[in-house]
Amino acid sequence: MPQILKTFSLNYCAHKTKIQMSNIIEATQLTRVFGKFTAVDHISFSVKTGEIFGFLGANGAGKSTAMKMLSGLLLPSSGKAQVLGFDVYTQSEEIKKRIGYMSQRFSLYEDLTVEENIHLFGSIYGLSKAILKEKTDALLVQLEFVDQRKTLVSNLPLGWKQKLSFSVAMLHEPQLVFLDEPTGGVDPITRRQFWEMIYAASAKGATLFVTTHYMDEAEYCDRVSIMVDGRIAALDTPKALKTQFEADDMNEVFLKLAATSNLKII
Amino acid sequence: MKVFLAFLKKEFRHVLRDRRSLAVLIGMPIVMLLMYGFALSTEVKNSRIAIVDLSKDEVTRTLIQRLDASRYFTVTEYLDNPEGADLLFRQGKARAVVVFQEGFQKSLLHTNTASVQIIADASDTNTGNTVAFYISSIIRAYQDELLTHQKLPYRIQMEAQLAYNPQLKSAFNFVPGVMVLILILLCSMLTAVAIVREKETGTMELILVSPVRPWMMIVAKAIPFLLVGLINVAMILLISYTVLGLPMRGNLLLLVAECGLFVLLALSLGLLISTRTDSQQTALFISLVGLMLPSLVFSGFMFPLENMPLPLQYISKIVPTRYFFNILKSVMIKGLGFSQVWKDTLVMAGMTVFLLGMAVRSFKMRL
Amino acid sequence: MISIKNITKTYRDGKLTALDGINIEIAEGELFGLIGPDGAGKTTLFRILATLVQPDSGTADIAGADVVRDYALIRRSIGYMPGRFSLYQDLSILENLEFFAAVFGTTIAENYERIKPIYSHIEPFKNRRAGQLSGGMKQKLALCCALVHRPTLLLLDEPTTGVDPVSRQEFWDMLQLLKQQGLTIVVSTPYMDEARRCDRIALLQKGQILDQDSPEGIINRHALPLYSIQGPHMFALLETVRSWPGTLSCFAFGESHHVRFHDGMTAPHLEAYLKKKGLENIEIKAIAPDIEDIFIELLRTQN
Repeated sequence: MPQILKTFSLNYCAHKTKIQMSNIIEATQLTRVFGKFTAVDHISFSVKTGEIFGFLGANGAGKSTAMKMLSGLLLPSSGKAQVLGFDVYTQSEEIKKRIGYMSQRFSLYEDLTVEENIHLFGSIYGLSKAILKEKTDALLVQLEFVDQRKTLVSNLPLGWKQKLSFSVAMLHEPQLVFLDEPTGGVDPITRRQFWEMIYAASAKGATLFVTTHYMDEAEYCDRVSIMVDGRIAALDTPKALKTQFEADDMNEVFLKLAATSNLKII
Repeated sequence: MKVFLAFLKKEFRHVLRDRRSLAVLIGMPIVMLLMYGFALSTEVKNSRIAIVDLSKDEVTRTLIQRLDASRYFTVTEYLDNPEGADLLFRQGKARAVVVFQEGFQKSLLHTNTASVQIIADASDTNTGNTVAFYISSIIRAYQDELLTHQKLPYRIQMEAQLAYNPQLKSAFNFVPGVMVLILILLCSMLTAVAIVREKETGTMELILVSPVRPWMMIVAKAIPFLLVGLINVAMILLISYTVLGLPMRGNLLLLVAECGLFVLLALSLGLLISTRTDSQQTALFISLVGLMLPSLVFSGFMFPLENMPLPLQYISKIVPTRYFFNILKSVMIKGLGFSQVWKDTLVMAGMTVFLLGMAVRSFKMRL
Repeated sequence: MISIKNITKTYRDGKLTALDGINIEIAEGELFGLIGPDGAGKTTLFRILATLVQPDSGTADIAGADVVRDYALIRRSIGYMPGRFSLYQDLSILENLEFFAAVFGTTIAENYERIKPIYSHIEPFKNRRAGQLSGGMKQKLALCCALVHRPTLLLLDEPTTGVDPVSRQEFWDMLQLLKQQGLTIVVSTPYMDEARRCDRIALLQKGQILDQDSPEGIINRHALPLYSIQGPHMFALLETVRSWPGTLSCFAFGESHHVRFHDGMTAPHLEAYLKKKGLENIEIKAIAPDIEDIFIELLRTQN
């Protein structure tokens, strides 16, 4: 059984100063509308530095939209948000430079090889050739992909693509990483391996912001928020939520939350 | 039958709800037509010409006055000698230079001949020709005037008449051409995308698993677009008649019927493309790029077919736009009736049936 | 009702094997689950059953009709819900339903009672465009469209993926209702907990069936001694447990980790090791394995 528990060596580059703030993300009344449809409805929350923060909710609840706003990809319609101390309206480019982003829908170029993808994304984030070469070799060993160096990404199984995609997002050692449904559709083992990679990254000091529709993955997070129809219905540690709703697992938390609150899921 | 009607109802709903596409469908032909009709006219109006009058007598003055007075020309410069023509052309300051020889009137009266030199800027061959032609017409008209007062034996009078379009109004050429182009591109694009879209969005999976037969789907998709196509035809004809001054010489009913047939042909072509491609992008690409050039080149619109090398002429025989263009000119401009265009009509009808048949056959019953 | 014999399907000229010699028997009136992750072959199998794709080899019968030869007959009697939303986004709920009823030669009125348990949830919104529905509603609509012509077999490809837990539960309740009406239902899902709600299941991975039986049957067959382990610093715990030579496998399972030992090793052995490594307050208890544990075990040994 392949164990992906090798430690990632995240050496922070000399010119990058480590963010000292306690809240790496702060959102106040963040809203996004598309025409008549309100995707994200005045959400307010903060994410502490070094946390694994889970953003749960069904598809269409607004998770991806919220994430895109925080990562500088989408302008909010109203409300405020600060990421790494930068304003999402005016300093989105600064944000993009410093974060890692992995989306389930698109992550790597299918018609490029494993190696070429790593090179491409590394260069985009400004890694020098020497560092890039060193990292590529290290990464391939860690993921046990050495034989797949020249394989086209389209020929990799989904689980492998996800792992590679995550690693590529981490290449430039960002302090904050956004992961949008990273475990969708993969087999149970790969799913867990992926979370182990997330744990490892967190152990080295990165903050991870993860969205998922698998309620059981909430357990792996330090704190979770549950989104329903664009609003945050609950936000706390998994343990506290289970106590609050007298539930055995997060799935039950959601069911009880839906039953007790005014939120009607239509 | 009920199944077919259900399909038809759905297709109409799709078309009517796609507001943006509808706007393009209705708006684009109008824009194209007006553009060609007004802005891109090949007519010669108020062209600047220069004169080199080495004679400066009564006759030359009359001729120059005639040229200036005509709506086609404006005399903007007087040169001392013909060598200046080159510079004017390079600077784009004149389209033609008319040179009257020394002692023009004297020569005409005493020797019954005088020569006029017309130097036209033929870097644009179309206008070059037209300009030279207009100038010589004006001069010839004057000549005829003079000659009616004289009696000369065995004088052959030549009259060149441009049948159907004596003023060489460009609209006469462009409107049929643009109509052909718009209809074939638009209509084939519409249907080319229609079936592929269902494949791409996934709705095709459910359709296939139902008792729907291929012909039902294909015909149901064609009908709403047939109506859109006919609306387009009506608009084009209306604009051509009212704004561009195109005459409607032939039988209007025949014209509309032929247009309807061509629309159907274009739709069938699109449907065939649709059944054989897997992405909307490919379908659009094939219908737009793949059809545009052959339709343009082999229709006879831009380039006369008789001038093409023989093998290409044979190719043009399978290009539908060639027949429709011919029919349009015959009916719209020449005012001919069905008895003259039945052959071309038959070919178009045959092509339509063939394409529709192929579309039905190519329709895959599985993914 | 359904007999699948040795079905194989490859893509890209044999480079990609979607299904590799699949054998499944499904009885009439059964609620059968195909459990497996993406790429396991679930969608390919569904498409073969729905007669949309032909297998490279092998045969499949539905109520005696062959999927390749008798496809027209089969298509009339199945209700199919493809893996992604396949209804018309720009038509309303009502218009979609009307269309799919008419296409099968029937009307909503004729079959209203049949679909009522599900349709009643979305009927108040019947004029809303399908593209503007939430995930749960889309799924209910798709189910109604699959049911409206009274099929005898329902093929549902991942109907609950990505849908909120409330709708998921409602959906499975509805499936139970439909089963009572006598329908045979084949469902696929990546959620292991839903496997429990099926009569029988097949575990599918990389085009192969890992096992096939009732959920209880599978659990009993692969009875593994299993322990759950909990403590502060779960990640460190995971790494440490794995570093112990007595551990056969250790996986995160939300609140706790599930551990299997090599023969002869016991919980106290592990506890001692952990104490040595400085990990205290560890709770280890024996637990009964669930479908996911078994799936993981079978995956492990499949490789």
